[in-house]
Amino acid sequence: MSIKKIHKEQPETFKFNDKSMEAANKIVSNYPEGKQQSAVMALLYIAQRQNDNWIPLQAMKYIAKFLEMPYIKVYEVATFYSMYNLSPVGKYFFQICTTTPCMLRGAYDLVKVCKNKISEKENVLSEDGKISWMEVECLGACVNAPMMQVNEDYYEDLNDKKLEEIIETIYQNKIPKPGSYSGRINAEPVNNRKTLLENKNA
Amino acid sequence: MLKDEDRIFQNLYNDSGADIESAKLRNDWNGTKDILEKGREWIINEVKSSELRGRGGAGFPTGLKWSFAPKEVGSRPHYLVINADESEPGTCKDRDILRFEPHKLIEGCLIASYAVNAHKCYIYIRGEYFNEGQKLQTAIDEAYKNNLIGKNALNSGWDLDIYIHYGAGAYICGEETALLESLEGKKGQPRLKPPFPALIGLYGCPTIINNVETVAAVPTILRRGAKWFNSLGRPKNTGTKIYCISGNVNNPCNVEEEMGIPLKELIETHAGGVVGGWDNLKAVIPGGSSMPMLPKEICDNMKMDFDACVENKTGLGTAGIVVINNDQDIIKCMARIARFYKHESCGQCTPCREGSGWMWRMLERMAAGEATPNEVDMLFDVTKQIEGHTICAFGEGSSWPVQGLIRHFKDEILERNKFDPVVKKQKNIPYLVDQHLLEKENA
Repeated sequence: MSIKKIHKEQPETFKFNDKSMEAANKIVSNYPEGKQQSAVMALLYIAQRQNDNWIPLQAMKYIAKFLEMPYIKVYEVATFYSMYNLSPVGKYFFQICTTTPCMLRGAYDLVKVCKNKISEKENVLSEDGKISWMEVECLGACVNAPMMQVNEDYYEDLNDKKLEEIIETIYQNKIPKPGSYSGRINAEPVNNRKTLLENKNA
Repeated sequence: MLKDEDRIFQNLYNDSGADIESAKLRNDWNGTKDILEKGREWIINEVKSSELRGRGGAGFPTGLKWSFAPKEVGSRPHYLVINADESEPGTCKDRDILRFEPHKLIEGCLIASYAVNAHKCYIYIRGEYFNEGQKLQTAIDEAYKNNLIGKNALNSGWDLDIYIHYGAGAYICGEETALLESLEGKKGQPRLKPPFPALIGLYGCPTIINNVETVAAVPTILRRGAKWFNSLGRPKNTGTKIYCISGNVNNPCNVEEEMGIPLKELIETHAGGVVGGWDNLKAVIPGGSSMPMLPKEICDNMKMDFDACVENKTGLGTAGIVVINNDQDIIKCMARIARFYKHESCGQCTPCREGSGWMWRMLERMAAGEATPNEVDMLFDVTKQIEGHTICAFGEGSSWPVQGLIRHFKDEILERNKFDPVVKKQKNIPYLVDQHLLEKENA
């Protein structure tokens, strides 16, 4: 899997706040008694959300105690899966899909825009510290290629111009609208729909 | 073209909303209790005779899989796990089911869990589909509120709890045993089979794992009868399938069509044709990136179903069709797929962990024209060393696309790679020279 860097400056303590604690307890109750280890992935997400979208080592230790499992097992999970950020990322974390279906439709043009407008290198914050970007593998929206994910939202049917607009919007402290940017609805063929027309016109 | 009334997923493009009221208008949850009352035997036999095959890639008969679950619940509870970890490049069908047809999936879960004696169902969704998962959770809450699932669901006496479990960006967790490991809170590294999950699965208990599209299709099949489903497609390849058409086509889209529809018709009718016309077609990956690509000559007359694909030395997989036209560099495209597999190998088996990196590096050099002609055969040999020597099917998945490239476009690779280190005496290129010969020279 991907090579991950642990951030050099780590906070000294980590604790779930009330909201996280409530969510964590609810997740643990989803699994049978004695199998609370299953909740580790969800708890890492909760910690990541609480801590500005990255997971410090202290959080892993805290989760290990919370679930009564060895720290190293939590560490193993956190380093294995690619969606856990072990060092800080931008408030707006751009993930550009460049796997073949997106590449065929120009994903590398988007990468170029990111290099120009955000930062020359992946995982480096932009000048105002708001955005960082990275290339990721297939995000599972291939018919809406090329696309990217910003935090939890998908931005689909992009091209370099539209991506520039999105970045500019964020620099102006506004949140761009997620979804398709070619004006089409979801995954239907643009101007060429031949199926389920009765439902469409209903 | 398939008639609209025969389409299972009426809300594929979200024309009418995913909430329970709209879902009921589309016939969801209609007579589900009657279906349950007909009994386990009837449900499994009906699914068997519909010849529904799993839509997750392997195409295993669903009814047969369900019949592997122990008939009586022993000391260990049974589990139903839904695989929504859709990460195969080229595939994005489950996403639309999760966000627009969640009630079909939930209804399917109820029927399937009843058929395999499970009171708990986990839906494993890939972490990137966070918004889709939230939509599914809303639908699950609606179903609980209306007593469609939960304690004594539909007053049928059956209890069912459904939970969502998010993955975190690992392609390998789409492999069923890796998914179980991940669900238990470990690294997603596949288990050896046997024992099969149907006997020893989640927490060591009998577990049935199905793809989203498979389970979501079951309620409609049982309502309309196995005969109806059987009448579509051809024997052993029955029913409908959601095809995802992406890449160099004019209108990339998801569309539900009959099994066995000709590939050309699918691309021309629904996806608006290849960019630059059909003659500009170079190759098609028919079933997600793991399946070997096909050149235009085969695509001209190929039908899209499980057996027809196997006859052409490829597979239907997840029916994620990636169209590549002549404007693209085919070797570069495959090198990018090889990079995907290098990134996603879980690292458990040496042939796959090391081999996927080899294939990527060799293909990158071949794309740049820096390889020697004999390296093409060497690359083919590497793929053969990976295939069949790994715990899970990832080894095949990573080596088949490379084999497909070499099988159909070997001439093109050779044309580009005429580099000969001996003639030019470029001995200082480390990967082309035997390392111990260099040592002798210095001794």
